[in-house]
Amino acid sequence: MTETTTRVQRVLRHPLLWPVLALVVLVLVNVVARPSFLDVRMQDGHLYGNVIDILRNSAPVMLVALGMTLVIATRGIDLSVGAIAAIAGAVACTRIVGAGDEAALTTAVMAVTYALVVCIVLGAWNGLLVSVLGIQPIIATLILMVAGRGISMAVTDGQITTVNNPFFSDLASGFVLTLPLAFLIALAVLAFTAVLTRRTALGMLIEAVGINPEASRLAGVRARTIIWTVYAFSGLCAGMAGLVIAANTNSVNANSLGLWIELDAILAVVIGGTSLAGGRFSLAGTFVGAIFIATLARTIPNIGIPSEINYLFKAIVVIAVCLLQSPRARAVFRVRRTPRPPAAGPAPTAEPAPATAGVRA
Amino acid sequence: MTQMQTPPDVVATPEAAREPVIEMRDISITFGAVRALDGVSVRLFPGEVHALMGENGAGKSTLIKALTGVYSIDSGVITISGERHEFHSPAASQEAGISTVYQEVNLVPNLTVAENMLLGREPRRLGAINVREMNRRARRTLLHLGIDVDPRSVLDEHPIAVQQLVAIARAVDVEAKVLILDEPTSSLDADEVEKLFTVMRRLRDEGVAIVFVSHFLDQIYEIADRMTILRNGRLVEERLVSETSQLELVRLMIGRELEVLDRLDRAAPQTDAEEGTPLLTAVGLGRKNTLEATDLTLYEGEVVGIAGLLGSGRTELARLLFGADTADTGELTFRSERRKLRSPRHAIDRKIAFSSEDRKAEGVVGDLTVADNMLLALQASRGWLRPIPQATRTQLVDDYIQALDIRPADPQALMRNLSGGNQQKVLLARWLITQPEILILDEPTRGIDIGAKAQIQAKVAELAAQGMSVVFISAELEEVLRLSDRLVVMRDRRKIDERVNDDVSVRDVLETIAGEARAEEAPHD
Repeated sequence: MTETTTRVQRVLRHPLLWPVLALVVLVLVNVVARPSFLDVRMQDGHLYGNVIDILRNSAPVMLVALGMTLVIATRGIDLSVGAIAAIAGAVACTRIVGAGDEAALTTAVMAVTYALVVCIVLGAWNGLLVSVLGIQPIIATLILMVAGRGISMAVTDGQITTVNNPFFSDLASGFVLTLPLAFLIALAVLAFTAVLTRRTALGMLIEAVGINPEASRLAGVRARTIIWTVYAFSGLCAGMAGLVIAANTNSVNANSLGLWIELDAILAVVIGGTSLAGGRFSLAGTFVGAIFIATLARTIPNIGIPSEINYLFKAIVVIAVCLLQSPRARAVFRVRRTPRPPAAGPAPTAEPAPATAGVRA
Repeated sequence: MTQMQTPPDVVATPEAAREPVIEMRDISITFGAVRALDGVSVRLFPGEVHALMGENGAGKSTLIKALTGVYSIDSGVITISGERHEFHSPAASQEAGISTVYQEVNLVPNLTVAENMLLGREPRRLGAINVREMNRRARRTLLHLGIDVDPRSVLDEHPIAVQQLVAIARAVDVEAKVLILDEPTSSLDADEVEKLFTVMRRLRDEGVAIVFVSHFLDQIYEIADRMTILRNGRLVEERLVSETSQLELVRLMIGRELEVLDRLDRAAPQTDAEEGTPLLTAVGLGRKNTLEATDLTLYEGEVVGIAGLLGSGRTELARLLFGADTADTGELTFRSERRKLRSPRHAIDRKIAFSSEDRKAEGVVGDLTVADNMLLALQASRGWLRPIPQATRTQLVDDYIQALDIRPADPQALMRNLSGGNQQKVLLARWLITQPEILILDEPTRGIDIGAKAQIQAKVAELAAQGMSVVFISAELEEVLRLSDRLVVMRDRRKIDERVNDDVSVRDVLETIAGEARAEEAPHD
């Protein structure tokens, strides 16, 4: 009896409870609207269905959100991820177009590697502004958020660049082991991030810096290096997301690639339970948050929300989820715990109080 | 175990004949499996200052929270002027005339004094706030309490002590019958405490019942009339302050642990200073507007006590020795190597450790576990790529939890849930784990209970005996004198005296500090 209660309590107190619950509710809404929503079938040697699409479409947001999680844990924020994604797409596509053999595997690999290195450098630039020059993260990354669009326009000469490389487009539309490659890439990065932060001491030091920067400094933590690392990592993640998005259309539009993805990523992080105030972070939460965002995007056409109001709908759902997570909002809805009868001690009514206390002592 | 006693039998004085304004009888509160309060009774009389005494974890805060409606009680009765009350919210308790001022001032820093005092009850005219009337009313209350503050000034401009007085003014302005002051003096200097006491006395004389919590025994004896002593969530005794000696009180509060203090008194300085190897020599160490050029040498196996008032430069010197602030002038020599310290990291690499006086802002990482907090400095010096192996982690953490008697003895407990004394022990462990040669402790025993204090003092003496060089800074002169082999006295941001501690008395030190003061003030008259 008590064992079950504690297990129930543990589940109720688990930080992932609310994001997962929100996701389940969202899926249920879809199933009610369209009973075939969860159907998955084999087609052309891979799985096919709404669920598979959602997993595939969640990849860019998930990638960006993983980097964002670490940045937010250090009390920072990275607004430049959308622009970095666009630069990654622009650099990769122009490299492919300009290569001798446009359709070759090596062309794709070289282009992707080149783009990702550029993104790490851009992330390190953000890290430099934040950790060495001490600029507030929101301002520091705003610089690249604006300038980055200009850079990607410059790289593509303001043209929409289309590429024709089957290996590159596999990043978005390919399948491995019947699952979408893009999703598997995101999963692999999730696993890598988990190992990077939890198998080394990086995660603990990130959290320490995020919770109490001054105490960490006095304990000898090299906050500068750590902040630099997370922004560079965020740049890398944004770059990967940009490549997946570009591969999806086999083209890059410097103006629109990755537009607003920073907001979706921040939402995914917050829905996953990592506080914007920094400190403890949850990669599993971010994973659920990204799936939630992708499911929400799918829900809008599925249940027939008119496209004019889809942003409004999204906003309402996000507010609802955030309210669910807020302890104060939940307390408003919760019924007050009724005080238990004072029958805890042995024979409470018969004995005078001091004697009872004596027995307990 | 101490037997419980019902209060009326203990105190047989004329006061006992009066009606208590509040009586809490047989209060019990349980959190999960822990009984935080077990059948505790307290009586608060009008026109009395009532001290709640006990170690951290004795149940003082829980009792206060029961009275202010933050926690609901599981059993027991609260009566106000003979009438039974049940509080389910802080608002209900406030309506019944109970006001609380907490240790951390919780007012709005960027509003004026008057706005803060009348927040939520602003006098209005035609719907708009009547600023003139508000300032007038605030001024009246402040004047009445003898607090000299302009009600139109912004709260933030005033030192913490004044802000605390404003908080009290706000509290009594709502016609409080009971005023609860939870450790109001922990960050005040002597003058400020005196101001606070003046206000408290005035309120007491007007018939307010004041509940006072403080770790300073001298203050209790100066201001309190009656006290209730708690231990481990149980009532030990209710006493009149005038009928209880300090020694008796300490014994009631901590029971057997007093022996630890006694033993320590005898074990303390075995002055063979200047015999050991100099580990660190500072020559002309200083920083603009912080510390004038100061010389200091630290030897192996020696405790150097730094005495001085708040703002005398004692903390500033410690921070320069650790590289927490960078020095503008002077030279540091480690053994024979001359080095500048540009960051704490440099100091840690030279085997120096520093525990800040500001435990909360500069020590505790609240949302991490006890284990992570303990290992933070060691892990930081190893770098993130080389995590401490799991077996070593467990070993180190368990060893130090045991050696320093940290409670709860749970490595996975969140640091912020620990009491101040236990947090301080974790921070001490954080530095001991790095195996420093020089350990700088700035107010390591401030705001913690007497049991933890004794344990930390004993540990310091033990470490020095093993060869560590310890710099011990404390506002409590007795403590500095008891522990140190050599004494440095600071005043006005410079060192004014240094001597071997061969039975130096508190009086001697006070005279050193005061003598300087007189000499400096003379020309002004």
